[in-house]
Amino acid sequence: MQDVETIKPGFPLFNTDEYQAAFARKRVFEEAPPREKLEEVFQWTTTEAYKELNFQREALTINPAKACQPLGAVLCALGFYKTLPYVHGSQGCVAYFRTYFNRHFREPIAAVSDSMTEDAAVFGGQKNMFEGLENSKVMYQPEMIAVSTTCMAEVIGDDLNAFITNAKKDGRVPMDFPTPFAHTPSFVGSHTTGWDNMMEGILRYFTLNSMEGKTVGGNGKINIVAGFETYLGNLRVIKRMLKEMEVDYTFLSDPEEVLDTPTDGEFRMYAGGTTQDEIKDAPNAIDTLLLQPWQLPKTRKYIEDTWKQPVSSIRIPMGLSWTDEFLMKVSELTGKPIPESLALERGRLLDMMTDSHTWLHGKRFSVYGDPDFVTGMCQFLLELGAEPLHVLCHNANKRWTKDITKLLKDSPYGQEAEVYVGKDLWHLRSLVFSNKPDFLIGNSYGKFIQRDTLHKGKEHEVPLIRIGFPLFDRHHLHRDTTLGYEGAMHMLKTLVNAVMEKLDQDTMTLGETDYAFDLIR
Amino acid sequence: MAMIRQCAIYGKGGIGKSTTTQNLVAGLAAEGKKVMIVGCDPKADSTRLILHAKAQNTIMQMAADAGTVEDLELDDVLKVGYGGVRCVESGGPEPGVGCAGRGVITAINFLEEEGAYEEELDFVFYDVLGDVVCGGFAMPIRENKAQEIYIVVSGEMMAMYAANNIAKGICKYANSGKVRLAGLICNSRKTDKEAELIGALAERLGTQMIHFVPRDNVVQRAEIRRMTVIEYDPTAKQADEYRALARKIVENKKLVIPTPLTMDELEELLLEFGILDEEDESIVGKTAADEAALAVA
Repeated sequence: MQDVETIKPGFPLFNTDEYQAAFARKRVFEEAPPREKLEEVFQWTTTEAYKELNFQREALTINPAKACQPLGAVLCALGFYKTLPYVHGSQGCVAYFRTYFNRHFREPIAAVSDSMTEDAAVFGGQKNMFEGLENSKVMYQPEMIAVSTTCMAEVIGDDLNAFITNAKKDGRVPMDFPTPFAHTPSFVGSHTTGWDNMMEGILRYFTLNSMEGKTVGGNGKINIVAGFETYLGNLRVIKRMLKEMEVDYTFLSDPEEVLDTPTDGEFRMYAGGTTQDEIKDAPNAIDTLLLQPWQLPKTRKYIEDTWKQPVSSIRIPMGLSWTDEFLMKVSELTGKPIPESLALERGRLLDMMTDSHTWLHGKRFSVYGDPDFVTGMCQFLLELGAEPLHVLCHNANKRWTKDITKLLKDSPYGQEAEVYVGKDLWHLRSLVFSNKPDFLIGNSYGKFIQRDTLHKGKEHEVPLIRIGFPLFDRHHLHRDTTLGYEGAMHMLKTLVNAVMEKLDQDTMTLGETDYAFDLIR
Repeated sequence: MAMIRQCAIYGKGGIGKSTTTQNLVAGLAAEGKKVMIVGCDPKADSTRLILHAKAQNTIMQMAADAGTVEDLELDDVLKVGYGGVRCVESGGPEPGVGCAGRGVITAINFLEEEGAYEEELDFVFYDVLGDVVCGGFAMPIRENKAQEIYIVVSGEMMAMYAANNIAKGICKYANSGKVRLAGLICNSRKTDKEAELIGALAERLGTQMIHFVPRDNVVQRAEIRRMTVIEYDPTAKQADEYRALARKIVENKKLVIPTPLTMDELEELLLEFGILDEEDESIVGKTAADEAALAVA
């Protein structure tokens, strides 16, 4: 029982005899197998034989390393000025998107659904669309409603274009009220596909029929498309670098403000974001640079085909050389030189890399996450002389596999790397049991792999370094930066200190291992 | 209370499922059986001969009008017609929108929750959309629903293809549950050697041709009056046929897991009965122009 004078939080409370006894009774009630049996099965799941069985899995995903399309569509829509993400489908899906982002960004997320229920599943969701659009506009006063879909609407084949047009003809929202849309079936692709689809839908809505008078290079700007980007620092660092280069830019989807509103007494449902005028003007830019090109094929195709912009090929600007490439490309496109400030920053990063390389050289890292992140992370690890071991991407394709395999094989540090596409974190768990890396790099879900490896024995433990999305179990990591020189500095700091932290842990035993428990590292 | 026998009627679209079902149900009712018909087709034409109605209000239409299914009561959707036959139609969306299959699932769940099956009933008949296009239309043969399936078929080739396909579908459910094929009902189209052919098909499927229903214009005359033959003219010869079918179904004990034919086997059977001609492989894929060129050469 809680005592009002000494309120205990979860862990110490559940550690009391009263709760421990309850847990024991629960095991009896649930007819849990004996501890020895659990242990036996656990040990079996760490074997090579189990790994082989695990990789023969066909129909089951355990602990996916990806999320679903409409989640991405919602994030994309959040990046536009006074835009309400609207999901045509069931309520629970949107509750999930909101909580997913709440837990990562620790911000309220404004997104609505039109609450399709059983009758909507049978008759189609047009009625829901009519009432949903009307209510959303009246209640939340957006200037744009960006519509995406859940599985339910997709399985029954609801036609967004027809439903939205019919809603307007019925007077639910004015004819000229912006309602871009994208079909985002959750059972196809991943959150990155959904982001791409929504971006394409928005660009299409505002520019498809107004291309007359648009000239590539007309406004002298560069468009930046960040893709499914969840590091606020990344949005900020790209802007900072472009500002330092005195390059005029448009971020197409920019959720920097809305995902970071201050506590000052005023609730902001909307904040910042790309304006409609900026979208309409975007075809006049010199070029559009896709910061995560692997996840943006539809956006690329639309811009190339409709805007006739080159969409110059770049890599995710992660690590040293790909940040160089990004800045040089911007410089080439705009004619603006790379300023001394950025050269200085680059030099500082290189200095840090040389300072720390002895600690990172030869250290083995297993990486998982979205295709562009994983590619960028591997590139940076190779630059540091660290060795990517397991490279796992749940939502990539064969072309990506070839690309990253080449990247790895072209470096002396990538020779041991194994690439896994379409595999989940339960596969990764097997992999790290049979070929142990020094560290795991990825989102919070990796903590369960760390726990399991530790259970097998301290010598098997693979500590998790949290870089990725989502990060639920640490605060404010989403504010960090992983792109640009600044991002590389941050990641380098994170990686090298993880190495030292681990070494401290391993050498902390008084009188036994503390001959290496050094003050100076 | 005796076990309710639940039967589902499947068959190619347009084969006469609804007409046959209603006539045989009228036959059962005439014998004093208590029967319910559940129409599982968005067209909602499974009960009109029993109710003398153009189209019965459907569960899904009334649910849409009321707001949700939860706002409906059984009495709103269940109508009683000729011989005390209880009638419901699941209904569904307009063509081209929504999901008709889900409509069938929703409707049957509603009937169960509202206790439609708890009344004194001897039989429930599900009259299902001809092309079993998705899982929703297989709802009537899920566990604890219809366990006897009758396939309406004729001597026409496509009807037999469809029957064989439905038998394949039944296997999926039969191997894991209690669903069984109970027989083929031949609704005659007066094709050659029709009874023999369907008899042979039934044998190959491991089942029986439970009855051969001859073609008779009195069926159409009754339909124009939105009546079954049994009600319209109980003395007609055709009324005897439907009563005979009804009796056979009452007495039917031959419930089997079907043994569907492969495509080749089915074609062989059709060849045997002269329904299908031997294929001339040499003309496959040849255009008229090709053939003209060949003729010149």
